[in-house]
Amino acid sequence: MGAWRGWILVVLVALSIATLSSFVLNAYMQQILFYIAINVMLACSLNLVMGFCGQFSLGQAGFMAVGAYVSALLSLNWSLFPEPFHYFNFPLYAIAGGLCAGVAGFLVGMPSLRLRGDYLAIVTLGFGEIIRVILLNLEVVGGARGLYGIPGTQDFGMCFHAFFWAGATVLLLWRLVHSSFGRAFLSVREDEIASECMGINTTRTKVSAFVISAFFAGAAGSIFAYTTNSLNPASFQFVKSVDVVIMVVLGGMGSISGSVVGAVLVTILPEALRPLQEYTGVDLRMVIYSLTLILLMIWRPSGLFGMKEWTQFRRPRRAA
Amino acid sequence: MEEFLQHIINGLNLGAGYALIALGYTMVYGILQMINFAHSEVYMIGAFSAFYGSRFFNLTEHPGWGSFFAALALAIVACSSLGLLIERFAYRPLRNSPKTNALITAIGVSLFLQFSGQVVFGADPKLFPSVLEDYALWTYGNVQLRLFDVTILSVACVAMLLLNFFIQRTRVGTAMRAVSFSFRSATLMGINVNTIIMVTFIVGSALAGVGSVLLGLKYSKIDPLMGTLIGLKAFVAAVLGGIGNLPGAVVGGLLMGLSEEMVVAYLSSTYRDALAFGLLIFILLVKPSGLFGQSKVEKV
Repeated sequence: MGAWRGWILVVLVALSIATLSSFVLNAYMQQILFYIAINVMLACSLNLVMGFCGQFSLGQAGFMAVGAYVSALLSLNWSLFPEPFHYFNFPLYAIAGGLCAGVAGFLVGMPSLRLRGDYLAIVTLGFGEIIRVILLNLEVVGGARGLYGIPGTQDFGMCFHAFFWAGATVLLLWRLVHSSFGRAFLSVREDEIASECMGINTTRTKVSAFVISAFFAGAAGSIFAYTTNSLNPASFQFVKSVDVVIMVVLGGMGSISGSVVGAVLVTILPEALRPLQEYTGVDLRMVIYSLTLILLMIWRPSGLFGMKEWTQFRRPRRAA
Repeated sequence: MEEFLQHIINGLNLGAGYALIALGYTMVYGILQMINFAHSEVYMIGAFSAFYGSRFFNLTEHPGWGSFFAALALAIVACSSLGLLIERFAYRPLRNSPKTNALITAIGVSLFLQFSGQVVFGADPKLFPSVLEDYALWTYGNVQLRLFDVTILSVACVAMLLLNFFIQRTRVGTAMRAVSFSFRSATLMGINVNTIIMVTFIVGSALAGVGSVLLGLKYSKIDPLMGTLIGLKAFVAAVLGGIGNLPGAVVGGLLMGLSEEMVVAYLSSTYRDALAFGLLIFILLVKPSGLFGQSKVEKV
């Protein structure tokens, strides 16, 4: 697939979803669509770290929070493009939020990626919590009250913006992991010592995976800020990071199309389970989530897609 | 000065609680090289079983040593059986799979217990039953040494001494040390590794049960999500002392409790939770093997 064909596909998909959303669906469905776009970005970016690079990170919500708050603050204080062109603000601020999250990813990754498995999980978890505590104590961003009145809309342009970002994330990550630079991630996952012997700087590879992942998580946070119009540190709790982990594990670690499917499923399932909640009177959704996670790990640890992409599921043609 | 002395007493109490929980983390890590994320929820279940048990047996009507030890026994039994179940049904099927899978399962078990706790017990905080009456044993100016302080410290000490005896002097304890030294050689020496792992979970969870009742007496508020933060701090304490090292966990727990108390007293209480993580990142950067741990060299 040539680069330009991929981008045209992304634009077309984003355009058609945006058209569908603004002319057919109601506000509730639109909100779910936005969450799907955000979760697709979060899941695919985490999959780069968890599935392709083999590092376990629990800090995705923290990076998302950085991106969300940075772009919210930017758009509250400056407006580069005045009213008729204000849509141009969103991608700019999303990039700014993503870059700040990337810097945060570098700061966290640089020291902690020398650690392995469990320790890395705890440090990234700790980082996410520290971000939240700092946000709770910063008066500039409203502390525990949160930020309100962030400019943003839920119309056609915003929907196109969200899905263009989601598509771009998928496309860029796809091309990344299929490049020679991206194969370094896979070799680090498979065997760190062997890949070091092959001349790969493992720490640098891991940190770059971390930074790229943090960038997209930050951009997802920025879209989150513009679609909800208000931010609160409570939205970025540990549970949010776990949600993203569930999406990646369900879809299959090491499969980008799996992450997309996982993100869509995990976003839609709670909504589909709403009648159950009304029936039983208690919120059973998180119980079901966590049980799913345990059972998945015991019975099908590779998730839905394993390490395959959707293109690999076509049956190979046999020579007659 | 008086204030400082009081903070030391409080910090030691908190630290003894952390130490008891940290022992569970460090024991499991020493044997399976895995962070048992569900340990914090075992602690939570301990507190709730003491709560419902003392309600069921009307323990609060006759506060005293009898009621206290009954609540303690209830928590220990509940925690040990829970630890056993978790090991048997969640961790054992994954014994031979990659570490990441075990880690994700541990997080899954932890979340499952938290959210089932919210469904079963209700999300609102509850008051820990007063199974023992508190009074000041000794007063010096503004410093008070209360009955709870002495109880917490002495019960924690007894539990730790029993653990030490168990690990160092009994056959099962020797087998535990052997398994943590080398999984494969222990199997070759005729040790049933699965049984030993089960015993480790039972003993570690029982210590969490003791900790839950002691901290419950002192801080009295319990809710289904209370395990998370305390568990994380206890884990940091275990890392601080060198994970896998039992005396290290105790020292780490006490240090953790004291430093948290001092941060709350002299800096700001909003930073008490950030302290644990900051400390963790600092240790992992400076000395990842902890205070008493031995650093391992990776061989090809």
